[in-house]
Amino acid sequence: MTEPEAVVRVRDLHKKYGHHHAVDGVSFDIHRGETFALLGPNGAGKSTTIEILEGYRDRTDGEVSVLGIDPGKGGLAWKARLGIVLQSGGESGVMTVSEQLRHFAGLYPNPRSVDEVIAAVGLEEKAKTRITRLSGGQRRRVDVALGIIGRPELLFLDEPTTGFDPEARRDFWTLVRLLKSEGTTILLTTHYLDEAAQLSDRVGVIAGGKHIDIGRLDEIGGDDARIPRVRWRDRDGMRERRTTEPGALVSALCAEFGSEPPELEVIRPSLEDIYLRLVAESQAEAQAVLA
Amino acid sequence: MSIVSLGASRVRYETVGYFRSPDAVFFTFLFPLIMLGIFTTAFSSSGDVSAGPGTTSISVGAYYLPGMVAAGILLSGVQNLAVDIAGEKGDGTLKRLGGTPLSPVSYFLGKIGQVFVTGILQAGLLLLVAGTVFGIALPTELSSWATFAWVFVLGIITSAFLGIALSALPRSGRSATAVVIPIVLILQFISGVYLQFYLLPEWMQNIASIFPLKWMAQGMRAVFLPEDFQALEVGGSWDLGAVAIALLVWLVIGLVLSRLTFRWIRKDA
Ligand SMILES: Nc1ncnc2c1ncn2[C@@H]1O[C@H](COP(=O)(O)OP(=O)(O)OP(=O)(O)O)[C@@H](O)[C@H]1O
Ligand SMILES: [Mg+2]
Repeated sequence: MTEPEAVVRVRDLHKKYGHHHAVDGVSFDIHRGETFALLGPNGAGKSTTIEILEGYRDRTDGEVSVLGIDPGKGGLAWKARLGIVLQSGGESGVMTVSEQLRHFAGLYPNPRSVDEVIAAVGLEEKAKTRITRLSGGQRRRVDVALGIIGRPELLFLDEPTTGFDPEARRDFWTLVRLLKSEGTTILLTTHYLDEAAQLSDRVGVIAGGKHIDIGRLDEIGGDDARIPRVRWRDRDGMRERRTTEPGALVSALCAEFGSEPPELEVIRPSLEDIYLRLVAESQAEAQAVLA
Repeated sequence: MSIVSLGASRVRYETVGYFRSPDAVFFTFLFPLIMLGIFTTAFSSSGDVSAGPGTTSISVGAYYLPGMVAAGILLSGVQNLAVDIAGEKGDGTLKRLGGTPLSPVSYFLGKIGQVFVTGILQAGLLLLVAGTVFGIALPTELSSWATFAWVFVLGIITSAFLGIALSALPRSGRSATAVVIPIVLILQFISGVYLQFYLLPEWMQNIASIFPLKWMAQGMRAVFLPEDFQALEVGGSWDLGAVAIALLVWLVIGLVLSRLTFRWIRKDA
């Protein structure tokens, strides 16, 4: 088998708002069944990119294909295959949760069961409540429910868990894993790096509209960025060393102390550490260019 | 699902939504009824009105009834939809719908259907209260009701399209009422709804004649007022041919403007 089929294909995407270059040469592919996390600081151009893929915004330049179609020309049959959770849902909401979902289910050719979706987002008890009377996090769950009701092949999640409590976030992860197991392709943005680490197969990082890095979850940032740190306390205070062989260092320390080294820790860089380092490096580079 | 069956599902959804929105119900559904109540009670002691000595005379409430029916058509269509759709643009409802496989045609059918259903209920309620509570005699001939039917249908569809078209004007959902209500209010004052049309200066009558409300009100006067009142009309007759033509022209204008201006979202705004 060759490369799996690209469900989303973005090549050298540019978007200008007036003179402001919000997206400046971004490229990536998302393969069928894959979960791709697009990460970046506020204003990086994530939502702009996603909304171009969803067909909401026109691009200034570059090539984009979503499910084999240019989003600017996507028709109703194309939209029927997409699920969209926008960054800001917002709605008047005089309908109840189940009325709203039932109505939206009716717009799609092969929708999911309304009751199952309500259960999947944990709103069983609020099914008969009007959306206006829900809390912020509950309303956000309605947004997620509306995004998946149509049984999409490709799901866009733009910061889907903003306002979720920790338990709801865990439930959401379970839901996303279920969708993945059914073969749904997912494009996710989030500022919760643990969420991206939990859910995504590959990660793309952008900042200031520019590409910074892209790769599998276990390769992003390069090998150097994943070197573990060993930390312990000795007479002079806290000590820390980066090493590719933390086990060897720990056993050497044990031998040296003749007992447990105090406050011993082996720290593997989390996605958050790697991400912060990537973004900091890119900012330093940008400043160096300006200087 | 077909465009038409989705449209039918939208009509149900929109109608339920309309009746759950207190603002819409008060200012577009009940308003004409309240105004009729005010006119009827305020002028109850001022005697009947007639087109001249020796002609049929009717109560002030009866005289105002056709204007209120016409105002109801305008409010249910133009004011309701213009404010509603501008709000839907502002709060993200339209953006969400634009991301689903809902055809804009089904969306339009839903809005027009909602206006049609609530417009009929409104007119029915208005006539029921007029006939029972205010004791206003309603027409008995079939021909009057036939006129009512076509003026109503043509008027309500025209109003709905003009409402969709006008929703493009407000820059935000919040400014919608501020933009829409004055337009609708001025039209009601110059078109013979609150003020008797034959008493208005000729230049005002001419301006009003450009817009559809004057023609709806005239059509409804033909339905509800005695024949003798024709004498008070500008041409001395009900002139239903002109009513039909004016409303049809506005229907086409509304349709074309709706088609040209409607967007699920303001791209890049
Ligand atoms: N409609 C618009 N008009 C003008 N500028 C815009 C518009 N939308 C976004 N921008 C600008 O484009 C840049 C990228 O915005 P975008 O919303 O894509 O960022 P983001 O990565 O999604 O950020 P966040 O994490 O805060 O959601 C920002 O600088 C923003 O100010
Ligand atoms: Mg964003």
